[in-house]
Amino acid sequence: MAQIRIENVRKDFGAFTAVQSSTFTIEDGEFFMLLGPSGCGKTTTLRMMAGLELPTSGDIYIDGEEVSQKRASERDIAFVFQMFALYPHMNVGKNISYPLLSQGVPKAEVTRRVNEVARILGIQDILKKPVGGLSGGDRQRVALGRAIVREPKAFFMDEPLGALDAEFREHMAEELRALHDRMGATTVYVTHDQLEAMQMGDKIVVMNHGVVEQFGVPQEIYDWPATTFVANFLGSPPMNFLTFDGAMSSGAQSIPLGDAEIPIPQQRDGHRGKLVLGVRPEHVSLNDGSALRGDVIATEYLGTTQIVTIRTDFGNVKARVDAARPIKTGTNTGLTLDARTLTVFNAETGDALLSSANEGVLSHG
Amino acid sequence: MAEVRLEGITRRYGDVTALDNVTMTIPDGAFVVLLGPTGAGKTTTLRMVSGLDAPDAGEVFIGGASMNALTPAQRNVAMVFQQYSLYPHLTVRENLAFPLKSPQLKTPPDRIVAKVHSVAEVLQITHKLDNKATALSGGEMQRVSIGRALVRDPSVYLMDEPLSSLDAKLRADLRIELKSIQSDSGATLLYVTHDQIEAMTMATHVGVLDEGKLVQMGSPREIYEDPVSIYAAGRLGQPRINILPADIFGHAPDGAKSIGLRPEHIVQGDGIDSTVTRVERLGDQTRLHLRLHNHDIITVTDAHTSLSAGDTVAIAPRNPHFFDASGARMKT
Repeated sequence: MAQIRIENVRKDFGAFTAVQSSTFTIEDGEFFMLLGPSGCGKTTTLRMMAGLELPTSGDIYIDGEEVSQKRASERDIAFVFQMFALYPHMNVGKNISYPLLSQGVPKAEVTRRVNEVARILGIQDILKKPVGGLSGGDRQRVALGRAIVREPKAFFMDEPLGALDAEFREHMAEELRALHDRMGATTVYVTHDQLEAMQMGDKIVVMNHGVVEQFGVPQEIYDWPATTFVANFLGSPPMNFLTFDGAMSSGAQSIPLGDAEIPIPQQRDGHRGKLVLGVRPEHVSLNDGSALRGDVIATEYLGTTQIVTIRTDFGNVKARVDAARPIKTGTNTGLTLDARTLTVFNAETGDALLSSANEGVLSHG
Repeated sequence: MAEVRLEGITRRYGDVTALDNVTMTIPDGAFVVLLGPTGAGKTTTLRMVSGLDAPDAGEVFIGGASMNALTPAQRNVAMVFQQYSLYPHLTVRENLAFPLKSPQLKTPPDRIVAKVHSVAEVLQITHKLDNKATALSGGEMQRVSIGRALVRDPSVYLMDEPLSSLDAKLRADLRIELKSIQSDSGATLLYVTHDQIEAMTMATHVGVLDEGKLVQMGSPREIYEDPVSIYAAGRLGQPRINILPADIFGHAPDGAKSIGLRPEHIVQGDGIDSTVTRVERLGDQTRLHLRLHNHDIITVTDAHTSLSAGDTVAIAPRNPHFFDASGARMKT
């Protein structure tokens, strides 16, 4: 198994730059997520690691060895695609053993490894079955088996669950993660689904327009986004943005929003101009004593919690509050924001301004 | 708008009974969402009301009048499908006006202009009125197809997964829009979906269908908090309700086979020891996967919990539901 290091990797397709100077490191044994909207460059990045595309410039190291110009077949990695292609004329066992037979592995060794993989995936009893009649889940397991059986240095997966329906997807996501925990193999996984990335990943890279926006542990990225893009891409509903004009001096511990003075984590740098105050829905509470006010325009019941949308002078704010609390649309309410969790962004660049709360996360990455 | 009533509707396709003696009332001005997995009979129910399909037995009433002998056009219903089908050669304005130009309606031209404008405003597509339908994004096209239903004044709107082909963000926006259009206009709406979030957030009533039978009908809160069966309890709630042997925490009522615990109805720090198998951080909350006497349990905890896999947590039930051997809820 292996560490993978990406250094200043860039990819141009003609005049279009798919990936601009990406740098990050995937540690040995990590489940690593490349997350972003379509067209952000995540799949291109994965394909460059796998050797299916050559970078325009930059280096890729697998286990310390520079491989950026090597063929895919020389990198000892396994790729699992969204549309798993199985050989339709072979049974399950033959499909799994095929990569080994084509490498000339001895028969006895092949049998041993296929049985081992079938045991890990829990598909021993279908080894003799044709792949034609299998359920979607079993087909996915066979495709995984074919990747695992070679014992490669790393697994690369491009939206492997994208084609499955919601309920089954949740189940396969858990299974994949459990499989990873048993095998400990370095896995790089591409997805546009933020929940999947949060749920499964040890680390996440968030990409947008070919640029790495943030890189780190899921909970840290969620709590302390580096940019408004990340804040908006993670979370459902995403982070609320309150836009205002103002001046903040270095060391500020509160900001004025209309008539309200909102406490915030102590700021490291001052800024003047258009600012955005970011707050997650679960950190907004309804409190009639507050000077920050708005009208409730919608409530959405979700079982334990409800999402309440409030129109304020600084934009709509969604709050996640207890479902037991009766809240009527049309009423005017005060809002309290949990001071410890707030991030202020520069509205023009979208970058988070450093504070005592987020500097630990943002200064190392 | 009007009340819709189904009485004893049965529909068979060969050996398959798609709807089995379904009786339900959709009150005037209600937003009813039919929920169930593929094959439960949701879409068939819509087709019965629209007249696109006819029942083998039973009767459909709209506004008190029997519909069985009427064609879809005569029933005055408006449908929105999952796959928006707009006229590609027409502009948004022409697409929206099209249903009003039907010879059956004879709408005066100035009334058409006014109606198209007000609907476009509600759906926030006024600035795209002169675009060709093909020059729109997916979300805009779906809004136009919803708009095409809204320009009419039908007795009832029928919608079949209208949001399922849209991306998550737009879906969230349109959920709120649809809900407010419905409550502002007092329209009667029958809506089919797989998506429990849509059902919970928009419905005034949820109808839970299981293999062609209506097993429960009530407000989202009633279904979530007071389900009639394991099946109904499993339709709402993410993560799903935990179903465990009735006596796993000790005493259970006579005849109980299973205990049902919503993830948030498991108290930590008290009761029986369980082992943490996985900690799943979702940002706003953290899911704990627990193992207790060889059963998997999912519960939710503080986003920044210090627990990790291998730790031991004592757990106890709060507000449990008990179910008998058939899966029916036992009233205690």
